[in-house]
Amino acid sequence: MMQQLEPYLRLERFPHIWCPGCGNGIVLGCLLRAIRKLELDQDRTVVVGGIGCSSRAVGYLDFNTLHATHGRALAFATGIKLARPELHVIVITGDGDATAIGGNHFIHAARRNIDLTVVLFNNSIYGMTGGQYSPLTPAGKKATTSPYGNIEPNFDVAELARSAGATYVGRSTTYHAGLLTDLIVNGIRNKGFSLIEAVTACPTAYGRRNNWKSGAEMLLWQKESAVHVKRAERMHSAELEGKIIIGELYKREAPEYISMCESLTARIRQAAASGSVTPLKGK
Amino acid sequence: MKVLMKGNEAIGEAAIRAGCRCFFGYPITPQTELPEYLAKRLPEAGGVFLQAESEIAAINMVYGAAGAGARVMTSSSSPGISLKLEGISYLAASELPCVIVNIMRGGPGLGGIQPSQSDYFQATKGGGHGDYRMIVLAPASVQELADLTAEAFELADKYRNPVMLLGDGILGQMMEAVSFRPRTALPAQDKTWATTGCRGRARNVINSLYLDPEKLERHNRHLQEKFRQMAENEVRSETYRTEDAEIVVVAFGTAARIARTAVDSARMQGIRAGLVRPVTLWPFPDQAIKSVLASCRALLTVEMNAGQMVEDVRLAVAGARPVHFYGRTGGMVPSATEILREIQNIAGVAYGASVS
Ligand SMILES: Cc1ncc(C[n+]2csc(CCOP(=O)(O)OP(=O)(O)O)c2C)c(N)n1
Ligand code: SF4
Repeated sequence: MMQQLEPYLRLERFPHIWCPGCGNGIVLGCLLRAIRKLELDQDRTVVVGGIGCSSRAVGYLDFNTLHATHGRALAFATGIKLARPELHVIVITGDGDATAIGGNHFIHAARRNIDLTVVLFNNSIYGMTGGQYSPLTPAGKKATTSPYGNIEPNFDVAELARSAGATYVGRSTTYHAGLLTDLIVNGIRNKGFSLIEAVTACPTAYGRRNNWKSGAEMLLWQKESAVHVKRAERMHSAELEGKIIIGELYKREAPEYISMCESLTARIRQAAASGSVTPLKGK
Repeated sequence: MKVLMKGNEAIGEAAIRAGCRCFFGYPITPQTELPEYLAKRLPEAGGVFLQAESEIAAINMVYGAAGAGARVMTSSSSPGISLKLEGISYLAASELPCVIVNIMRGGPGLGGIQPSQSDYFQATKGGGHGDYRMIVLAPASVQELADLTAEAFELADKYRNPVMLLGDGILGQMMEAVSFRPRTALPAQDKTWATTGCRGRARNVINSLYLDPEKLERHNRHLQEKFRQMAENEVRSETYRTEDAEIVVVAFGTAARIARTAVDSARMQGIRAGLVRPVTLWPFPDQAIKSVLASCRALLTVEMNAGQMVEDVRLAVAGARPVHFYGRTGGMVPSATEILREIQNIAGVAYGASVS
């Protein structure tokens, strides 16, 4: 399988920076399998990353790639998509990148329902800077900036995307890699804003401060905590406490932003041609 | 008693001892040890630590806390400071005291995480919009990081203005022995202007919006008068072996530490070299530089950037002597040998061929 993915990688950039036991490689593998399945043309696919261990993935990918500023990958991606609507634009981002400094861009991209696919690597922590809490760090967990346990509640980022306007929302874990691949495939197919939350392990900056001894132990935790959305529907909220609900969480039809732009342009041009509106004249 | 501490942590400890009870920050290398230290220590000291959702959020939280009368601090490194600039302009305009720490890394853009001094312009020439100034303190050791942090809070309150502590990745990361000022009762802080609830007194207003241009100009005159007083009273610098120096190196922070070694080496080779180290970058110590000109034939500015402070040195010298520049960028640190070579080159010109 690895051989089949090699054409998508800039192998000359290896070895990668990720720690032993880090889940980022698994998420990246799922993304590449999804791209392969969809037979996306490498030259017509753009991958945009923010800043963080996860976002670093763009450096290893042989597509058109862009390494953006911290938190603002979605703003860069919006610019690319508007300039070149025919390209597939995929965004790779971390939990801190997407929901802390980039939280505003995140909800507004979702609200516009612009045709972008976001793969959010949720490792519950700021990995790259050494383990500070993020808006997705669960309450009570330890981070270098919450040495006494985190007092802030976390976002449910899938719920956030849904209520902001996303038209496709899914969640899986690195343990459930097959499902993760399928969700990414569906996310890319969806013409609109898609969020795929990938729950992944950061043993170095998160696990070891919170009683997980290795990346493997964290995978087992994912296996044990995950509940498929179909099964969760039949469970009480008390039973779902601390569980990770996985699967296709939300899907709906709604007008997509680029097509709205295009129909606006078409409408205005038609009206101008027929003389029913007078375009503003510059002096 | 001296303790061995990392520079970033020493700033945190000094801030707590100076009465800082509110800190709002966001992680970024190479300053993250400072928020991490305060996350641990502030609750013990009865204060609050909050990791904001961004640098922009943090600086505006600073505005809120400062307006409410708290001693407050934020910290970041170069890209994060760029994000804070709007807030800094508002703080200065609204006359709110606070301490802002910048532990610089190489830029521009995302740059790197290695030490740099390339935010000199940003710190001293405004950075944010509008006519404002802030005192910029440039420590060169862990001890000085601690001392100047304490002083920064006092200056901020004295002038009701933001004060910046400008260090770099080396100062933030290195460990040195440091002693803190004895914990005395904190000097009474005059915060009668703060918005603390106006029952029983006239209303306090903290504001930077003046739609009437006449009023805005009046406000600006008031601010400018305050900045003039800062410039008059708060200049600090250090000179080293300048009494008879023919070649004077000007450098701040980490670059000054290295330059000092180069000055000693030059002296051993018979070159009369000296060093002026600005401790306040704004206000800039023009006088200290002018006062070494009598014996001085040429100056050499050494910076970890492409040449920023050198412009202020040239303004101070006003063409009276040649001002040379040597700098490294991108996180590269000039070595004492490199600086010595520059001194030798300049000396070679000034002394004929007397120095090999
Ligand atoms: C403006 C700005 N602020 C802060 C940083 C420092 N920084 C780099 S990565 C990062 C957090 C990354 O966390 P996350 O997005 O969760 O990704 P992870 O590393 O965990 O994959 C931060 C705060 C930066 N590069 N730019
Ligand atoms: S710090 Fe965490 S997220 Fe970053 S590479 Fe290591 S394990 Fe992965």
